[in-house]
Amino acid sequence: MANIVKLMQGNEACTMGALAAGLQFFGGYPITPSTEIAEMCSEELPKVGGKFIQMEDEIGSIAACIGASLTGKKAMTATSGPGFSLMQENIGYACLCEIPVVIINVQRMGPSTGMPTSPAQGDVMQARWGTHGDHSIIVLTPGNVKECFELTFKAFVLSEKYRIPVIVLADEVICHMREKVVLPDPKTYKIPMRAMPESPAGYKPYAADPDGGVPLMAPFGKGYRWHCTGLFHDETGAPSGKPAVANALLRRLDRKIEKNKAEFEDYFAENLDDCDVAVVSFGSSAMAALSAVRRARKEGLKAGMLRLKTMWPFPDETLRRLTSSAKTIIVPEMNLGQVALEVERVIHGKAKVVKLGKVNGELFHPDEVYAALKEAF
Amino acid sequence: MAELLDYFRKERLPHIWCPGCGHGTITGALVRAIDKLGLDKNNIVLVSGIGCSSRAVGYLDFDTVHTTHGRALAFATGIKHARPNLKVIVMTGDGDCTAIGGNHFIHAARRNIDITTIIMNNSIYGMTSGQYSPTTPHGMLGTTAPYGNVEYEFDVCKLAEAAGASYVARASSYHVTLLTELLEKALMNKGFSVVEALAQCPTYLGRKNKIGGAVEVLNWIKDRTVNVKAAAALPPEKLEGKLLIGELFTHDRPEYTASYAEMTAKVQRTYNDYKGGNRGCELNSD
Repeated sequence: MANIVKLMQGNEACTMGALAAGLQFFGGYPITPSTEIAEMCSEELPKVGGKFIQMEDEIGSIAACIGASLTGKKAMTATSGPGFSLMQENIGYACLCEIPVVIINVQRMGPSTGMPTSPAQGDVMQARWGTHGDHSIIVLTPGNVKECFELTFKAFVLSEKYRIPVIVLADEVICHMREKVVLPDPKTYKIPMRAMPESPAGYKPYAADPDGGVPLMAPFGKGYRWHCTGLFHDETGAPSGKPAVANALLRRLDRKIEKNKAEFEDYFAENLDDCDVAVVSFGSSAMAALSAVRRARKEGLKAGMLRLKTMWPFPDETLRRLTSSAKTIIVPEMNLGQVALEVERVIHGKAKVVKLGKVNGELFHPDEVYAALKEAF
Repeated sequence: MAELLDYFRKERLPHIWCPGCGHGTITGALVRAIDKLGLDKNNIVLVSGIGCSSRAVGYLDFDTVHTTHGRALAFATGIKHARPNLKVIVMTGDGDCTAIGGNHFIHAARRNIDITTIIMNNSIYGMTSGQYSPTTPHGMLGTTAPYGNVEYEFDVCKLAEAAGASYVARASSYHVTLLTELLEKALMNKGFSVVEALAQCPTYLGRKNKIGGAVEVLNWIKDRTVNVKAAAALPPEKLEGKLLIGELFTHDRPEYTASYAEMTAKVQRTYNDYKGGNRGCELNSD
């Protein structure tokens, strides 16, 4: 076998990435613009002995996925704005109960029904804070079709390793766009495996290093007979209302991700070392941004590009490094400045932050970003 | 018969239920049914939602999931679909199953997925202290029905039957022997089984409606039920406002995970014959 070369749609690449990572269960509900993922899973999973189910709504979809994950299966769902909103409570359940699950959110214009077939990037903060209560989460954001494959694969690796829901925050253009993609030989994929306890004797489902440790997860039906609850729980899984237990659990869950931040950090960078003006973007906005940056460079302007591939935890260090050179940072995004807000927080006045928000359901044109660049110089 | 306490996580007892609550009796009936059938402890998954009744699973020594409000059946569907060899049992309440979880309930029934659902129906939201539920009889008092409930109750069993469940039965914490027998049959049914177990809530339903304590509420339940066999000989006026107990409905129809397995086998035969690989990707490899 050799590399796979294919003209592929983003949604198809997400599905291929999931299958490459050993996807065994998909529960979903039809919603534009993510539906192709469900369609393809319904076709492909039976071939490999996996399970597809079309649930009655998105609440049920993620619930079924979490249930499947409890039995040791790799599970995924895919949705868009309204469905993503419905999933939030159970995403919080998976965070607190530490159940691996991958959620693909193909962003569309919102709020509400919005514009179902138009691209947007307005779910940046919802992906981070959509469920109630303090919680950690990992959010990856692909910038082209190949990355739909790579980041969905990576989502499974991280989800299984850290026992946490991982969200792939794509957008309508990235997922409906078709590109020629070269994927590695399927034989080279290393399917992520969940760390398992050795035996049921003395098994404590939530025993872990208080400083961000990940407890070992036993699959259901193997004699461990453990209790999983969305109530705060001690290391035996028993519900607890004790302040010390609650505090220790929430802080361990936070540290679990904070401590390993460097491992998640992923981005694309071009000409950042000497740039006077940096453009920070992600997803389909970054395609227009990169084109504008290259044009500016060609004309002798010192412009640089940073495209985020990990959205959350936010890559603070990478952003901070920008200020050693850049005096202005332009943030094109299809929302009213959600990432720009984070950039401002990190930059803390050390550079000028220009919010370039677009919320009309249209993609950025490279000229729009180029104009902002020209103005900044 | 094994010691019943062997099915409990003894270290998690005592339970949180109020004195006189019916949920313990129903939990006991389930454990007796499991014991009588000699089911493998390691092969059973208990799933619950939120509410008083949903706390039951935490005390029982199986793989157990205490999920989000109303979603027990959706989680259970994922578990059963992922591993059809597991015996999946859902313990839920009237609010959890028929209000917030109503949609999952009718769709689980429609699929006829092999899950046994015990609806512990005390006709009130107990955990939040006495609001009326979809099974609170018309006119009764609750903390959100201070002038009497203006709504009318669900007949949960008829709902289950209409939606496609293949085994439907009702008993109560008063009719424990019957309840245990029905649970045994439900557990043996290959399909979606519903056993509605009426339970007394002396703390909220009993007190708010001035019925009395546990015994009086149990008697109230007894008085509003008629055995389905006895009902056959009674005139309609005698059945007015009564709930039938016993085995109410059985229907032999295809079960979801079995149908899915059948489809999978067919697909795999075709796919293996074709040998086209993953959507023909190999054909395009360089």
